[in-house]
Amino acid sequence: MTPSTRLLRRTSRRTVLADRAATVVLWATGCFVLLILGGIVVHFALAAAKVVSPSFIFGDPSSTALGGVLPLLWNSVYMLVLAMLIAVPVGILGGIYMSEYAGDNRITGTIRFAQEAVSSVPSIVVGLFGLILFVDYFHFGFTALGGAFALTLFNLPLMTRLAEQALRAVPQDERSASLALGATKWQTILHVVLPLAIPGLVTGVILTAGRVFGEAAVLLFTAGMSTPVHYDFLHFSLTDQSSPWSPFRPATTLSVYIYSLQSEGLSAFKDQIVDGSAAILISMVFVFNLGARLLGRLLTRRLTAA
Amino acid sequence: MNSTAIQSAPLLRRVEVAATAEVDAAVDAADAKIAAEHVSISYGGQVAVRDVSLTVQPRSILALIGPSGSGKSTFLRCFNRMNDLIPGAAVEGEVCLDGENVMQQDVSVVELRRRVGMVFQKPNPFPMSIYENVAYGPRRRGMNNRRQLDELVETSLKRAALWDEVQGDLRRKSGLALSGGQQQRLCIARVLATEPEVILMDEPASALDPISTLRIEELMRELREAYTIVIVTHNMQQAARVSDITAFFTMAEDRAGYLVEIGPTGRIFTRPTEQLTEDYISGRFG
Repeated sequence: MTPSTRLLRRTSRRTVLADRAATVVLWATGCFVLLILGGIVVHFALAAAKVVSPSFIFGDPSSTALGGVLPLLWNSVYMLVLAMLIAVPVGILGGIYMSEYAGDNRITGTIRFAQEAVSSVPSIVVGLFGLILFVDYFHFGFTALGGAFALTLFNLPLMTRLAEQALRAVPQDERSASLALGATKWQTILHVVLPLAIPGLVTGVILTAGRVFGEAAVLLFTAGMSTPVHYDFLHFSLTDQSSPWSPFRPATTLSVYIYSLQSEGLSAFKDQIVDGSAAILISMVFVFNLGARLLGRLLTRRLTAA
Repeated sequence: MNSTAIQSAPLLRRVEVAATAEVDAAVDAADAKIAAEHVSISYGGQVAVRDVSLTVQPRSILALIGPSGSGKSTFLRCFNRMNDLIPGAAVEGEVCLDGENVMQQDVSVVELRRRVGMVFQKPNPFPMSIYENVAYGPRRRGMNNRRQLDELVETSLKRAALWDEVQGDLRRKSGLALSGGQQQRLCIARVLATEPEVILMDEPASALDPISTLRIEELMRELREAYTIVIVTHNMQQAARVSDITAFFTMAEDRAGYLVEIGPTGRIFTRPTEQLTEDYISGRFG
């Protein structure tokens, strides 16, 4: 044996063991998380394979048989768009303020405290608050708009915080370089900081969107819970309550539907419908996440031209 | 210095170019390109630079040398008011550009930084194409004409001695895909495109290999024909090779940086008047 290998063996046994143990534990944790995810996906994929068919999605919801979740799917997407239309711009502007303009003082301390406090309020409480404020006090009734507002209350602190973190992660060097070239602060934010923060902002949007897709408690009391009815998509109106395009109508999302069906559904096909709906919900989240990442990449490429 | 003439020539306070008569008046008032008078800088009460006065003549290179912590970079950054960005930084005294005090509250820092460009220690191109890096400054002040931009990008890259190496993939290649030395020349081109009068360089070659360093130094000698350059460097040979005037900074007991002596580079390196300077350049200290 050469002297150099003997030297290498001198590393203490404890150090080597600790290193190996860390590797094993971290691998095991990673595998465990993947296993849970895989389990959920496989379970619903298998269950859904028996249920999901074109008629399950596009069928007539008023028939007693399986099917017709399209209106609920539509409502989930509609609610997502409506909620994100409010949360994303306001969240990004708030994040810009917190990251680029606000100093480290008592006011920002209070804002941060409020962000954390609101984020940790149980969603059922946010739902009740939405019921009091939007449904009753402002006489919205059960509407998609009220639901979107309540979701915004719930999501805005998170979106703002994530946007702030994404912007703060942009190296100070980039800002200095831009300012030193005679760009104004706003030009620097617009042309350098925001483009570089896009991947982080996309993560924020995905996490926030995931809460919109999955949220039931907030929407139960604000957007309402009703059995699916047939939507006439050709009837386009932003004010008529009978149009599926209007925000001033009750809108039961897929998550709310799953919740209500599972807890108080009477249909003989209850379990199959829940399985199929869950599978569709998961697929939607998956498609949305992929789409958001792709859009983020395109946007980065376009804005930084590199 | 004729202070009334300066007051009446608020060159920087306007985004447009001031009337020629006013410019002449200001130039007559002081023929130095930059004049710092009794400049002191402190960060949250800790003095970093104490009472520095010096002038820089147009079309010359001033090198600021001295040990780490002697306040050279901090002092350099008050010429384009980059110290404004540091919370708690306070600058006293006057820094005049063409006779006009740039420290005054109503000076447009945006306009000042267009006239006084800066190259940083670490090459920091934007993660954009080479073209967009160079066009960044002109675009921000509203230049949108494609032909004008093309021309400006080309001349700036040529002046920065980078054109031949990158002309094939101006728009395809990211500024970050270049080598360190090329990146730094890109940063210089980016500054030149804003058509500055003064270029500040904060240890521009300290992160580069010797060959790239030499190219940057050659470039500086060429740029001296048209621009006033102030460079901070740790490398004494570099100061000796490129600069016309050398200023030696060191630290006082309370860690505040101050100017020990300033003079023609040849004299500073051969017959310094101060013992501290002699100790430093002969390697006995710092």
